[in-house]
Amino acid sequence: MKHIFKIIAVLVAISAFWVALLETSTVPRSYTWLLPIYLVVALGCYGLFMVGFGLMFFPTCPQEAILLQQVADVVSAAKNNFGLCIFNFHCHFQY
Amino acid sequence: MGEKEMEHTVDRLNRPAYSIIVPTYNERLNVAIIVYLIFKHLPDTNFEIIIVDDGSPDGTQDIIKQLEQLYGEDRVLLRARPKKLGLGTAYLHGLKHATGDFVVIMDADLSHHVQFFTFSYPKYLPSFIRKQKETGADIVTGTRYVNNGGVHGWNLMRKLTSRGANVLAQTLLQPGASDLTGSFRLYKRSVLEDLISSCVSKGYVFQMEMIVRATRKNYHIEEVPITFVDRVFGISKLGGSEIVGYLKGLVYLLVTT
Repeated sequence: MKHIFKIIAVLVAISAFWVALLETSTVPRSYTWLLPIYLVVALGCYGLFMVGFGLMFFPTCPQEAILLQQVADVVSAAKNNFGLCIFNFHCHFQY
Repeated sequence: MGEKEMEHTVDRLNRPAYSIIVPTYNERLNVAIIVYLIFKHLPDTNFEIIIVDDGSPDGTQDIIKQLEQLYGEDRVLLRARPKKLGLGTAYLHGLKHATGDFVVIMDADLSHHVQFFTFSYPKYLPSFIRKQKETGADIVTGTRYVNNGGVHGWNLMRKLTSRGANVLAQTLLQPGASDLTGSFRLYKRSVLEDLISSCVSKGYVFQMEMIVRATRKNYHIEEVPITFVDRVFGISKLGGSEIVGYLKGLVYLLVTT
């Protein structure tokens, strides 16, 4: 099944539940009318939380940058006398 | 053992287990380093490196020919194309010449010089291979967003965009992998052949499409941590047009997978 249909099915199910609540008036109507707003706010909170959490624990690798810089230095050094260095550069760094 | 079976076994032993496809364009220095690093990090592995060069005018192909001489023409293979034809078709082209049971794709963006981070890729090849052997996975994909993986050189805005894009995709698409646009993956050859024929996107949406379609087809996907170092500190590569492209890709995948 196309994924969009799954999402639409979930939305339809939620709407149906909401309409049923409105029709049967098991909870006061004024509350039921507000439910979609709560849902949107809850989704927004979920998104913000997930992004914020991801930002707080964003994995970084500064030590890797230092190692790679050494490779890049060898590359730029090799640029000047390319023919000589190309097959010898492995002597210059440990990566 | 019958003669035919014997031939089959000998054929299997002669064939490399892994084909590593490296697309290049104007990367004569980088390609030599990457090839060297691959040999360094995979000392006891039977593999071949297929370099798909899109007619680089800077002499990249001369260097690759020298590398062919140095390492052997069965280990380093230049499979050039006459001009720049894009990344997706570069993999397809490389795949046609691949003989290994597994294919590793190392994404060097053809529109730029090879990215700084691709220097770090060869180091992770053994962990990809180990993971595949341990789990029998169809696809092993590198992920930056777990412990021991990571990103360096991104400013807050770039991290924010990345997290936002990721949360959006994970919630809507349920793609089955934590790093959708990651560009370093190992595939079973048959799986790659199956996937690549159904993927039409370009750029990093192509990587996204590959992994999402793989999940939908119930292929077994495993992840290993990789690192990603951006060369130019703080400069966001995700401009407005990239964000629009990403959203379009997301919608495209929502309605087609």
